[in-house]
Amino acid sequence: MEVIYMLIGFSLIVALIFLALFIWAVKSGQFDDQYTPSLRVLFDNKKSTKQTNNNKNRDE
Amino acid sequence: MSSLETFHYDNETVRKFGIATILWGLIGFIVGLTIALKLIWPDFLGFIPELSYGRLRPLHTNAVIFAFAGNAIFYGVYYSLPRLCKTSMWSRKLSDIHFWGWQAIIVSAVLTLPFGFNTSKEYAELEWPIDIAITIIWVIFGINMIMTIMKRREKHLYVAIWFYIATFVTVAVLHVVNSFEMPATFLKSYPVYAGVQDALVQWWYGHNAVAFFLTTPFLGIMYYFIPKAANRPIFSYRLSIVHFWSLIFIYIWAGPHHLLYTALPGWAQALGTVFSLMLIAPSWGGMLNGLLTLRGAWDKVREDPVLKFLVVGVTAYGMVTFEGPMLSIANVNAIAHYSDYIIGHVHNGALLWNGGLTFAMLYYITPRIYKTKLYSVKLANVHFWFATMGAVFYVIPMYWGGITQSLMWKEFTSEGLLQYPNFLETVTQIIPMYALRAVGGTLFIIGATIGSYNLYKTARQGSFEADEVDEAQPIIDPASGHKESWHRRLEGRPLQLTALTLVVILIGGIVEYVPTALVKSNVPTIASVKPYTPLEIEGRDIYIAEGCNNCHSQMIRPFRSETERYGEYSKAGEFVYDHPFLWGSKRTGPDLHRIGGKYPDSWHVRHMYDPTSTSPGSIMPAYPWMFTDDMDKESIPNRINALRKVGVPYAEGYEDLAIRDLEAQAEQITRSLHENGFGQIDGIEITSDKQIIAIIAYMQRLGIDIQGNVNPWENLPSSDRIRANFTPQQEDE
Repeated sequence: MEVIYMLIGFSLIVALIFLALFIWAVKSGQFDDQYTPSLRVLFDNKKSTKQTNNNKNRDE
Repeated sequence: MSSLETFHYDNETVRKFGIATILWGLIGFIVGLTIALKLIWPDFLGFIPELSYGRLRPLHTNAVIFAFAGNAIFYGVYYSLPRLCKTSMWSRKLSDIHFWGWQAIIVSAVLTLPFGFNTSKEYAELEWPIDIAITIIWVIFGINMIMTIMKRREKHLYVAIWFYIATFVTVAVLHVVNSFEMPATFLKSYPVYAGVQDALVQWWYGHNAVAFFLTTPFLGIMYYFIPKAANRPIFSYRLSIVHFWSLIFIYIWAGPHHLLYTALPGWAQALGTVFSLMLIAPSWGGMLNGLLTLRGAWDKVREDPVLKFLVVGVTAYGMVTFEGPMLSIANVNAIAHYSDYIIGHVHNGALLWNGGLTFAMLYYITPRIYKTKLYSVKLANVHFWFATMGAVFYVIPMYWGGITQSLMWKEFTSEGLLQYPNFLETVTQIIPMYALRAVGGTLFIIGATIGSYNLYKTARQGSFEADEVDEAQPIIDPASGHKESWHRRLEGRPLQLTALTLVVILIGGIVEYVPTALVKSNVPTIASVKPYTPLEIEGRDIYIAEGCNNCHSQMIRPFRSETERYGEYSKAGEFVYDHPFLWGSKRTGPDLHRIGGKYPDSWHVRHMYDPTSTSPGSIMPAYPWMFTDDMDKESIPNRINALRKVGVPYAEGYEDLAIRDLEAQAEQITRSLHENGFGQIDGIEITSDKQIIAIIAYMQRLGIDIQGNVNPWENLPSSDRIRANFTPQQEDE
């Protein structure tokens, strides 16, 4: 049954990795702007022509 | 817009993963339908070892999870990640190695699982050489992904990328920890964990495989493809961030809910339940975030098959993540666990959530990389309805059948006796439900076939664009003025250096701690529990090879309905030599933990040769090949050695005596069979070197140690030498 301590250890390590990532993400400004990232993903500034350009529903 | 850089997206890799997704998906679905039909007609396809239920079932789950969903994940990642990072994938070579390596792993699964090479651990059945290959390929994928992220041209990591990162990190840890095993031969190994420990590790892995292989990558996919397909931003980007961090923090702890009412300590069960219940909040946050993105755009959902599949997928995700926490409540779990309800639950997720998002991606990406339109929107709609109706016809009968069967197991008469003492009654009752399930599966496959045709025609009418050009500005990093080596920079940061050192120490500590923890826990808590004899090991390994654990549990829960039906409930101390644990997760047949001594050997002979001869109406397949196939004596010494290394107290040098003991015990069983008129069955001579003898030995051993009055080692030639070498704790009864 002692293996549960090991699993808690591994779970904690994973959680700590995510905590470190979280702290890094906050510090590096990942979450300073909580609006434009969601818009920017929609824009493909590539030159190739797309067949389904449907801009009429864009509400910004 | 001064210094634009030009770069390419590698659509070739995307295309390859897409094709692999479709091909493996269809194969996985068809294998699933095959085993569904075998539960209605056990003699469907005859009794061919390689096509038996127990061997095909792991092939089906592995094919659908790792081949279909796995390739779909990579399909989505290799398409969306470079576009989100505004860069090409870091290494084309690594992409190639990843693709072909992953397909090779799938092929090796196809070449091992039907031949009986499996570890029996659910969703981790592949044997140790393949486990190592999986680790390598997974790390290659991770390196390629992380390096791509490092050299991105977009400062913000869009929320989808966060989900991809979490997927990589966690799956790596889960896979490695769950795969600690001791090789005995090239394709046979024993897990280092035993019994309760093994069960806990397995379900920590099993639950999080669902979490971090079938959920987080698909959530990332959802956060990319719903906004793209609807052409509007995600409902709340803030919510998506909260959703992500809360989900990954909570998920990793929820595994023990698979082991409620088992021999796992109560506090661990409680921990699993609490975290599972909490999970509903982030899950539903994500589900609502996806669906609310479409507010004001539902007119598009009516027309666009991509959005249709996305919507039904996210809705199914909402249903499944509601069920999940509910099923983690002990009282609900007591009814649903071991029943077909769970099969319905997972297929709701697999068919609609993973399947729906995968087909949405295929319909979205294919026309774009082939620079054309979808061949037929109408056919895609037909596919959509086949898939949805298929899932409905699958899931509802399973819920119905599962609850029916479970209630029948628990039903008592007014006299206090079991209402349905014969387990088989509870099986035959739900066979119509199995038939409806097969109908559902067939519909789903028809839909997928139509979809594949549609995608094929789309590709044919378009012209493939292997390298797609894009351009973006590089990130201007104000701190990038002076370049130093990473270690030099680290030395200037004592805090970070300390943290990293700690991690390195932790890794070393873990490596040392694993064996320590295991040795300590192998001190038996029940003195009369002894290791298996060589013949019983062989029988147990045949049991594993045939996948008997897919239908039979070995875990009697402390319910009156179960102790009445099966006998004394299972104790943790009974499993200390069980590498691997075989508690099972589903009862298609009865529990076997107390089967030892319940029936004469001859009953097992008849039951294995033709189950209907002892149990009329049984849907268990027959195992005629066990009467003609020889057992594997040669590798017994290797297996004894491997088991000793993971803590089973076989005396040093016992491996040299093991074959002699095996033969002696097999001879005893065969002789008694012959004396009782079972010298042959159906003209086949029963001899002592056949697999059936080993499986009988194992069956008759199950669950008898706890009685304390039988010593299975007593009549073996080397019993004196064994006695001298066992430690005192195991010696006295």
